[in-house]
Amino acid sequence: MSRTNLSRSRTDFLDGFKQAAPIVPAIAVFGMLFGATAVNSGLTAFEALLASATIHAGASQFVFLELFGFKAPVWSILLAVFAVNFRHLLYSASLSRHMSAFVGPIKYIAFFWLSDPQFGASEQRAERQGLSIAFYFGFASFGYPCWLTGSLIGTLFGALINDPRALGLDMLLAIYFVTLLMGFRSRPNWLPVVLASGVASAILFKYLGPPWHISLGAGVGIVLAAFLGKPVKKEEADA
Amino acid sequence: MLEFLLSPTQRSDVWLVIILLGVVTYFTRSGGHIILARFKSIHPRVEAALEAVPAAVLVTLVVPPALTNGPFEFFAVAISIIASLRFPPLLVLSIGLAVVIAARQAGF
Repeated sequence: MSRTNLSRSRTDFLDGFKQAAPIVPAIAVFGMLFGATAVNSGLTAFEALLASATIHAGASQFVFLELFGFKAPVWSILLAVFAVNFRHLLYSASLSRHMSAFVGPIKYIAFFWLSDPQFGASEQRAERQGLSIAFYFGFASFGYPCWLTGSLIGTLFGALINDPRALGLDMLLAIYFVTLLMGFRSRPNWLPVVLASGVASAILFKYLGPPWHISLGAGVGIVLAAFLGKPVKKEEADA
Repeated sequence: MLEFLLSPTQRSDVWLVIILLGVVTYFTRSGGHIILARFKSIHPRVEAALEAVPAAVLVTLVVPPALTNGPFEFFAVAISIIASLRFPPLLVLSIGLAVVIAARQAGF
């Protein structure tokens, strides 16, 4: 690798690392909540960490704890976690179009870290200057260890965070997602897609409940986008 | 195997269930690419649909917390949307979070 490539990679890695910084407190606290809840649900600290390390998807891990608490059959836990994580299918379908730099097995290794924030940040990067391996793993190498460390601390001192609400940590991710969402506003049909999915998710959240408001709510906007096609190219053709 | 899947989750099997959940989750994370890679070319409408995925998903992660937490949380999200038109993400995050924390410290 030439010297310029190496320094380019270093810059990209640091960019990814820095991009993860603002959400790291929320990730760590979410991890702590999981660790504490897991131990209270009867898991050992090792099992709690194994879950955070292998599943690495917060919401679905709480679903697992809930169902494990009911002594639910194994198949129903597998199905519930699949349902909660279904949205990731959309992430890899969309992001893989921007992963031409990820050759061979690297792409399949990278998918392991494709969480909600990882997807949002990577799409944004792809839009602005192209997505490199270094940026992707720079982002992952900050968030993932913090998630594991948070989980570990949670198993040890679960009762320490007595009021995460007062610190606004439950809203931090929502506001972070607002900043990512607004970053995509120059994409074709952004406003109709956002309105359709936004309204649909509110209705689905109220009447069907999580997790379907994510996959189905997003689905409404995505189908609308397919229906509207590509107006940019059409205008070019008309002109 | 079938009996394992159908029976209630045993305390001693938790580690195995956790690993299977990891495999299921990895499949959802790589599956979209695997399905898409089976097609040689992407139809323009599919392309348009995939182009809409980030905005369509992100808004569903924003709307329920904005609507179900209370008026100040709604206000914090609304302010963040407007602030995003002018300011960089980190500043928007600080503004939005400050609204939430201030409202909650004040006892709302």
